Amino acid sequence: MKAEVSDDIKAVWRLLEQVPDPEVPVLSVIDLGVVRKVEFDENKHFTITITPTYSGCPAMQVIEEDIKKIMAKNNFELKEIVTTLSPPWTTDWLSEEGKKKLQAYGIAPPEDETVDKSALFPEPKKITCPRCKSKNTELVSQFGSTACKALHKCLDCLEPFDYFKCL
Amino acid sequence: MENTLLNYVLRIADTNLIMGHRLSEWCGHGPELEEDIALINIALDQVGQARSLYQYASDIDGKNKGENWYAYHRNEREFYNHLICELPNGDYAQTLVKTLYFDVYNYFFYKELQNSKDEFLAGFAVKSLKEVSYHHRHSGEWTIRLGDGTEVSHSKMKEALEYVYPYTGELFEMDELDHEMLNQGIGVDLTKVKAQAEERLKSILDEATLSQPEGAWFQSGGKKGIHTEHLGYILAEMQYLPRTYPEAVW
Repeated sequence: MKAEVSDDIKAVWRLLEQVPDPEVPVLSVIDLGVVRKVEFDENKHFTITITPTYSGCPAMQVIEEDIKKIMAKNNFELKEIVTTLSPPWTTDWLSEEGKKKLQAYGIAPPEDETVDKSALFPEPKKITCPRCKSKNTELVSQFGSTACKALHKCLDCLEPFDYFKCL
Repeated sequence: MENTLLNYVLRIADTNLIMGHRLSEWCGHGPELEEDIALINIALDQVGQARSLYQYASDIDGKNKGENWYAYHRNEREFYNHLICELPNGDYAQTLVKTLYFDVYNYFFYKELQNSKDEFLAGFAVKSLKEVSYHHRHSGEWTIRLGDGTEVSHSKMKEALEYVYPYTGELFEMDELDHEMLNQGIGVDLTKVKAQAEERLKSILDEATLSQPEGAWFQSGGKKGIHTEHLGYILAEMQYLPRTYPEAVW
């Protein structure tokens, strides 16, 4: 019985790998680390806990709808989707697989931004260009096409690119 | 006790909603594309933070009103945001000075709120602080760039400082509710926030070759629901649709 039960949980986790982030469709909600918990009660009714990347992330509603649809389609009974803010989402939860997918998609994955803490506003780190891999890049704006991205420019291949910024 | 907590949560929520709503007016009007996007991203974070808090307010209240009720179905006197949030955007300098003071205040406010005994507020603060760090950096860097820029940009920033400064005192003012919440270990000691914020503001303004106006008389009242003439217009626009068509859905 127990083995069967945990198989169901695993199956739901695997199923959720098919739910894409609506704004970065190359990532699943699992790659992104948005799904925090999958549980069920004695009647096998599932509760899925998710967390937003940014407080105002407009994708959350779409993600909820998509989770509901895929659960229903696969005959899993969904009791509720719980949204939690704590612990807060961090780019550290992005899977290695997810980082590779981002890179291939043309978005620079988050890099460890060790900076000089003594400066008032430390110089941003040079991010690697996802196209030509040059480190000769510059920050154009800390705010990009979605809440989770900053805009950079490669000074070698001259392409602008999105950077999935550290949070 | 419950009502004090509810009021405290609404203050933080209203402040973020009105700040974010005002900033969102820049959508399509930014001085350059990147700035347009930056301001709207910041507005999105602020409205998002307000939404979490309104949901929490609804939970505390226990009447299942839902987050939207708080944004759309209260009048001016029931809004508890700081006055600085409702000030018009003015020119870019005015918006920047507004956001500079607000971001620096909010940064240190959330830093303190992380230690709240209220589990939700503490978690909310940890999350929001990460977002506000980016806001603070944005308004700080632009203040330095424009203050220490051309003669024109410098004088516009100086004028903006004179206009906005009288509305900044309220951010750090402790009233009965603040004291009550602080005593319960839930709220924030604004005198601590003030000390840290002033130090940070001074270093930014110094680098921007600007200085705080002296001897200003501070306006206050927003936290108690007494507002400037601007809030009514904001609410009229923001609330029109849900009040006219209460059943409207996307």
